[in-house]
Amino acid sequence: MTDLRAHLEAATRSGRKLLVPYVMGGIPDRVGFPSVVEAVSEYADAVEVGLPFSDPLMDGPVIAAAGERAIAGGVGPLDVLDLLARTATPLLAMTYYNPIHSVGEGDFCARAVAAGISGLIVPDLPVEESTRLRALAADHGLAWIPLVAPTSSSQRIEAIAATGTGFVYAVSTMGVTGVRESLSERAAAVVERCRAATDLPVLVGIGVSSAEHAVAACRSADGVVIGSAVVARVMDEGAGSASEFLKGVRSALDRLP
Amino acid sequence: MKTDPVSSAGWFGDFGGRYVPEALIGALEELDDAWNAARSDEAFLHDLGALHRDVVGRPTPLYEAERFSQRVGARVFLKREDLAHTGAHKINNTLGQVLLARRMGKSRVIAETGAGQHGVATATAAAFFGLPCVVYMGATDMRRQHLNVVRMQMLGAEVVGVESGSATLKDAINEALRDWVTNVETTHYVIGSVVGPHPYPELVASLQSVIGDEARAQVVEVAGELPTEVVACVGGGSNAIGLFRGFYDDAGVRLVGVEAAGEGLDRRNGASITRGRPGVLHGARSLLLQDDQGLIAHAHSISAGLDYPGVGPEHSWLASTGRATYVTATDDEAVAGFKALAETEGILPALETSHALAHLLSNASSGTVVLGLSGRGDKDVETLAELAP
Ligand SMILES: Cc1ncc(COP(=O)(O)O)c(C=O)c1O
Repeated sequence: MTDLRAHLEAATRSGRKLLVPYVMGGIPDRVGFPSVVEAVSEYADAVEVGLPFSDPLMDGPVIAAAGERAIAGGVGPLDVLDLLARTATPLLAMTYYNPIHSVGEGDFCARAVAAGISGLIVPDLPVEESTRLRALAADHGLAWIPLVAPTSSSQRIEAIAATGTGFVYAVSTMGVTGVRESLSERAAAVVERCRAATDLPVLVGIGVSSAEHAVAACRSADGVVIGSAVVARVMDEGAGSASEFLKGVRSALDRLP
Repeated sequence: MKTDPVSSAGWFGDFGGRYVPEALIGALEELDDAWNAARSDEAFLHDLGALHRDVVGRPTPLYEAERFSQRVGARVFLKREDLAHTGAHKINNTLGQVLLARRMGKSRVIAETGAGQHGVATATAAAFFGLPCVVYMGATDMRRQHLNVVRMQMLGAEVVGVESGSATLKDAINEALRDWVTNVETTHYVIGSVVGPHPYPELVASLQSVIGDEARAQVVEVAGELPTEVVACVGGGSNAIGLFRGFYDDAGVRLVGVEAAGEGLDRRNGASITRGRPGVLHGARSLLLQDDQGLIAHAHSISAGLDYPGVGPEHSWLASTGRATYVTATDDEAVAGFKALAETEGILPALETSHALAHLLSNASSGTVVLGLSGRGDKDVETLAELAP
């Protein structure tokens, strides 16, 4: 387990933009999954590991289908934790709240830490309902990564950002995860509003689908989370294709002045 | 708001809350504010009352079912929501919510539906107010409730089939929420039961409480006394809450909710209270059918409206306090309940409602019973015809 904030800030201080790919736990299958994590880690500053859930209401078709496939293959959300191998790159668990609630917040944190997870992203747990989990995560040394939406009021952004201990996840657009044609025009404004509320790194996610989008987002943000565009490649063409794609994004980000 | 703004509202004991993506919080706060303003605004209440009277046809009758009473051994009064416009209690809620949506300046409404009754009621309200309407419906439900698909389309709604998961009500709600998170700035989501994030459970319960308010006054007038028991079927739980709320303060009145036991309690069922444990689904903490990793189970019921692995938080709370009792009826028992009412009273009830009837058939009861006849069964005749020998 890494101190996520220190790890990310060391990178940003050296002028590097942060690249955080998302992979779905248990894809392509139980056996092949660890090598996907390894493949996408090569160009990543952290890897977001999705825990499959039966009712992923924040996810569009690509990630929802990946989760369904993982579950059909016998990999549940907690099983994913058992499949993770140690990596040098920090791993973040992205999960809906019910699996955490089901096993118990404290037990979940302990299992996540034992699996080498460094931080938690729980998209359906707003600041009002997350008090206890945040405290437990902190006790276990897990970073908390809160999400800010384009519709969040300034008051809420302040309250949300204050809970962050890893980075702040700026949701670029209103909608679910998915591959999109262009980066939302709202992304830059969300980043700016987050900046006003926090010194933590601010990463843009949801709908970042290409090197071009990543570069556009990183004109204001410290980095990007890329989900569906990575998962689609893993599902359709395999880990190598996802890794090639990330290599391209990485070099585009590195060319940014 | 500097540190942890903990909401005091929206909890029924340990159940309820607001477990949604941050993107929806603003809309839920806006809805909560709008509803709190509307519910104490004479003009809004006047408009709602007029809609309930002139469009829905309220008050619905409380009807003493004498021949059915003989069959079950209790004096049974039926609260006839099947006689409400569009054929179920759902219209009480949708007219209220669409009236509210218009007041909030929303230009589009969406809904989920299981049995199709809520979809039809939303499409009706949308047509009445001239708003575009999209209804999400599980593919399985589109097949078994085909009549209601046609009705929604004739009312001008777009019906979108949902193939994911169990292709039933749960998945239709997921898809409606995905639409809402995308279009929340222009769209009101008309939730069809006492489920979802705060303020929906309270909003829908308030709009449905007209059932219980009327029924209490009617039964006291006709029978000269309060009932010993009030019975209703429970899917998400809106017709039951609407009826129960009229009797909460009458400590001597037993409140009984009937869940779907489906193929049996040890097989696939929809008995979230009887068989579930606490969890978070569709924005609220409540009792859920789920596995040991928190994956939501695929429910089963012969009735699409009860084929749901969760239940409204107010019911989980009523169960935990003991104020209401929850029992179950299987698919087969529901079919027997349907037949009994058809034969004795000349009423074809909805298969959802038939679960409540089945409870009376199998549990000899004496005294006076008010039963929520939540809807009519026209939509179910094909399902029943396929079962006929
Ligand atoms: C006639 C009827 N009764 C009951 C229900 C179940 O919903 P609820 O439990 O919210 O009343 C439905 C839902 O579709 C219905 O159509």
